[in-house]
Amino acid sequence: MAISFDSALGIHDEALLFRARRAEVLSNNIANADTPNYKARDIEFAAALESASQPRMKQVATSSSHNTELLSPDLAADMMFRIPNQASVDGNTVELQQEMARYTENAMDYQASFQFLDKKISGLKSAIKGE
Amino acid sequence: MSLSNVFNIAGSAMNAQTIRLNTTASNLANAESVSSSVDETYRSRKPVFAVQQLDPLAEPENEFGQAAGQGVQVLGIVESDAELRQEYNPAHPMADEQGYIYYPNVNVVEEMADMISASRSFQINTEIMNTAKQMLQQTLRLGQQ
Repeated sequence: MAISFDSALGIHDEALLFRARRAEVLSNNIANADTPNYKARDIEFAAALESASQPRMKQVATSSSHNTELLSPDLAADMMFRIPNQASVDGNTVELQQEMARYTENAMDYQASFQFLDKKISGLKSAIKGE
Repeated sequence: MSLSNVFNIAGSAMNAQTIRLNTTASNLANAESVSSSVDETYRSRKPVFAVQQLDPLAEPENEFGQAAGQGVQVLGIVESDAELRQEYNPAHPMADEQGYIYYPNVNVVEEMADMISASRSFQINTEIMNTAKQMLQQTLRLGQQ
């Protein structure tokens, strides 16, 4: 019986990718904390999970030559603008402390996903070695 | 890999904040540079920040389509139009025929506040970079234990 890495690693490799991407979005917010008219953005884990597990547009193959693997759900559509607690006069919606807190939280979540993935791999390793 | 984009983003922000700190230093240094005419007087300088625009023709880097990382850029430095401080001081060697000297429109208190803000923003971006570095280093150790 072959080991399928996809099912063995579960959701954790996808989660790791999501966390890395969220780190990018949040660091972009922090980088633009002093840019007039910049709107803070974020992506939600729940939304990303939903779009990853079920594509919004169901494809129907009417011919055998249709490739159903091509259309991947677009995560960019899940990118949302943040509603600020207190809007600033220059049109910037970045709240630095909150963004910082989210960034740190995201880094922790990344670490958690990493730990899960690491343990899965060491589990596979010991299964292969037969220890 | 989007984590390495964090370095570009935080780097662009650190660069922008350094430019802001530079203008502040220049403004503070020239706060008392008097001159004998309005045109020659030093004027307070401020950088203009904007979101870095992505190349629309460039291929999106990831499978998610639109790239998230943009970073910040400095569009340019503008000089303040605020009124200059005029002082009647005929004894001053720089005084014009009417006995006036002109001081730059630098607001020292404002500049100090700007300086603290810039250095804090710089600090936060180094923090961001450090965290991203740790995350990347961790990823490199995946499956080694």
